[in-house]
Amino acid sequence: MRKILIIVAALIAPTMGWAAGGAATFPNDKIEIDWDDKAAMQRGARTYVNYCMSCHSAEFSRYNRVGADLGIADDLVRDNLIFTTDIHGEQTKVGELMKNTMNTAYAEEAFGVVPPDLSLIARSRGVNWLYNYLRGFYIDESRTGLGVNNGVFANVGMPHVLAELQGLQIPKYRSESDGHGGEHDVIVGFEIIKPGSMSKSEYDNTIHDLVAFLDYVAEPYKQTRRNVGTGVIIFLFGFLILAYMLKKEYWKDVH
Amino acid sequence: MSEDNNTKGLLGWIDARFPLSKMYDEHLGKYYAPKNFNFWYFFGSLALLVLVLQIVTGIFLTMHYKPDGDMAFKSVEHIMRDVDWGWLIRYLHSTGASAFFIVVYLHMFRALIYGSYQKPRELIWLFGMFIFLALMAEAFMGYLLHWGQMSYWGAQVIISLFGAVPIVGDELTLWIRGDFVVSDATLNRFFALHVVAVPIVLLMLVVMHIIALHEVGSNNPDGIDIKKTKDANGVPLDGIPFHPYYSVKDLVGVVVFLILFSVVVFFMPEMGGYFLEYANFVPANQFKTPEHIAPVWYFTPFYAILRAVPDKLLGVIAMFSAIVVLFLLPWFDRGKVRSIRYRSTSFKWLLAMLIVSFVGLGYLGALPSTGIRTLFAQIFSVGYFGFFVGLWFISKNEITKPVPERVQ
Amino acid sequence: MPSDDTDNDRRRFLTAATVVVGAVGTVAVAVPFLSSWSPSARARTAGAPVVADISKLEPGQLVIVKWRGKPVWVVRRDEAALETLPEVTDQLRDPDSESSNQPVYATNEYRSRKPEYLIMEGICTHLGCSPTYQPEITADFQGGFFCPCHGSKFDFAGRVYKGVPAPLNLPVPPHYYMSDGVILIGEDGVA
Repeated sequence: MRKILIIVAALIAPTMGWAAGGAATFPNDKIEIDWDDKAAMQRGARTYVNYCMSCHSAEFSRYNRVGADLGIADDLVRDNLIFTTDIHGEQTKVGELMKNTMNTAYAEEAFGVVPPDLSLIARSRGVNWLYNYLRGFYIDESRTGLGVNNGVFANVGMPHVLAELQGLQIPKYRSESDGHGGEHDVIVGFEIIKPGSMSKSEYDNTIHDLVAFLDYVAEPYKQTRRNVGTGVIIFLFGFLILAYMLKKEYWKDVH
Repeated sequence: MSEDNNTKGLLGWIDARFPLSKMYDEHLGKYYAPKNFNFWYFFGSLALLVLVLQIVTGIFLTMHYKPDGDMAFKSVEHIMRDVDWGWLIRYLHSTGASAFFIVVYLHMFRALIYGSYQKPRELIWLFGMFIFLALMAEAFMGYLLHWGQMSYWGAQVIISLFGAVPIVGDELTLWIRGDFVVSDATLNRFFALHVVAVPIVLLMLVVMHIIALHEVGSNNPDGIDIKKTKDANGVPLDGIPFHPYYSVKDLVGVVVFLILFSVVVFFMPEMGGYFLEYANFVPANQFKTPEHIAPVWYFTPFYAILRAVPDKLLGVIAMFSAIVVLFLLPWFDRGKVRSIRYRSTSFKWLLAMLIVSFVGLGYLGALPSTGIRTLFAQIFSVGYFGFFVGLWFISKNEITKPVPERVQ
Repeated sequence: MPSDDTDNDRRRFLTAATVVVGAVGTVAVAVPFLSSWSPSARARTAGAPVVADISKLEPGQLVIVKWRGKPVWVVRRDEAALETLPEVTDQLRDPDSESSNQPVYATNEYRSRKPEYLIMEGICTHLGCSPTYQPEITADFQGGFFCPCHGSKFDFAGRVYKGVPAPLNLPVPPHYYMSDGVILIGEDGVA
């Protein structure tokens, strides 16, 4: 019995602590998403539809689900989050999926690759990767047309859409041995040389909120899942006690 | 028409037409199982539980899933988001798949340590091995249905292994896929097999497995034959009726399992990318291969053996041989003593070597191969096969402890 | 095997308690599976209320609006049509719409909020065909709707005649006027 409890405790323990926010260096900065902070996710939703959605759809997410989960009333959703219409010119309904109108042929020509849908990006890449990626654009004159590169995703086809907020930065390097006797430069941080409309901490918060929203979009029912799970496990523990007592009672017969 | 010992009422009406009470007696009320079952004996009933769970959740998933290359991935997200409680049904099914293998591996381990595969239970073992094969096919095909990057490319890699078969290899892979690459054709046939054909086969095999077991009676941790010592009524002295004693005990096992299962389903369904792989949250893209293709964790030991051999055809042969030797286990073991409790030290060392090798192979199979890792995979492969070879040698004139007459 | 000093009462109690709690658990597990059959968010979105602009309708004109996969007729009835309504009452099976399906505000002679406009589901209450619109008033038939499948007849308020297979008046969906020229079909609204 004790063995069982220890095993169960060991398995539950990881759920107790999320990734600790710490003073790590780029590209290993970590963030914590507080799922009770709906305001942060609302801000992230606003950033998403205003800056990202023209290229990146979130086609598995529904506007009214976002509204219901994040505490945004339907008419506020219509006014602030929906910028598309149907073929008759009627505004996309609030129960519809968050699709955009980017034409795939155009996208391939303009960017080389169709900008991926981001509904699940927080599950495939992880929130920390996204946090570092979105803060990792730097000036790189050699990239024709874009003028930027990215310290997390080298030679990415995405322009620095948020440059007006973050400003433009250049990388700071450190030499590291590459394990084969040679040395190469590794990016460990950035220096803003042309400021944008936000300070570094304002921009970091904006990105944190945007990533929080993406984390939500990737799995909107996450909190429900955990809440139901708590109830289920409590019930099962109660049932376990009863079943165990029943077993013990019958096994008195066996010697 | 009426005889003595007839049951009355509705039950009597049924019994005159269908052996219901007789089946109850034979398999539950008067099926005498050894009274010394321990922890390792929970996993058979748990496997049955998980089978039922997978079938029920699978049926409900099929109500919303679309087996079409363009719609499959979307339909899974539709289930997760738009269908009421769809996320739960999906997580139960995905966690259940991994739970099935955990339970089955532990169930097989029990057979290894207590000699449950030895005479007269060789057929139970063979049915079990066929179940294992069917289970691997079922899991492999089910994984493609999600149509994520890992689904697609994992299927592409494994199906192309059949290309290693001499002469007919290329035709064979074309025939399996139904197309020149893994495509909608492959998806649709895997859907039919996964939802209908293999579950039917699995159910039949499970029934045969249990009937074969009940025909000879269960083994036990001491490996002794309880039917040798019976009382005046023909009931084994060390036996107890399955119902109510093991129904009640298995219930406890079921509840503990459900607690652990629920912790995963509700709090960590991805299990760090082992139960739900991160790359599978990206829709399948024929033109872009993920950086690192790995099979799901339960296939990794066999995958590691495949990769350990530098030649494609020999690697495939080695991988299939790893399963074949398991089939032949009752004949590799020439010993007469069943339980590890009374077997030689050599046997214990061999078994330890098998477990270490199997786990080591599993660990390596999940990682990209490097020079040093391949070397270790080769060593562990030798350790794995070495168990069977070694067992054949040491079991003939094994130095065993005296086996008691009655359970301890 | 039970002996003389087995506490049978305790056994019965524990068995009963386990069965009851187990049954509660089983029902709780069944709930998500049964709920998964409810209309999904996708179906609920597709079934959402529909806006219809009626400002350009001519008298006597019928337009069809699709709501929840069903054809909903919006008819702007003229004076002649409205005048037939009290005249045919004694030929009708359910003239006061007591058995038929309509919201409270349509349980009247016109079967609508405003006499001028009729909003009605175009599905025959017999076996589901869609009746045709018969705006002409003749000696044989005072106008309304006629179902070609089995010959059911309805008046200009969708009320069914006696002696035809259809049992009830044509159903009226919930609706309200967002403004004089715009109605919302699918919700009762405030007024």
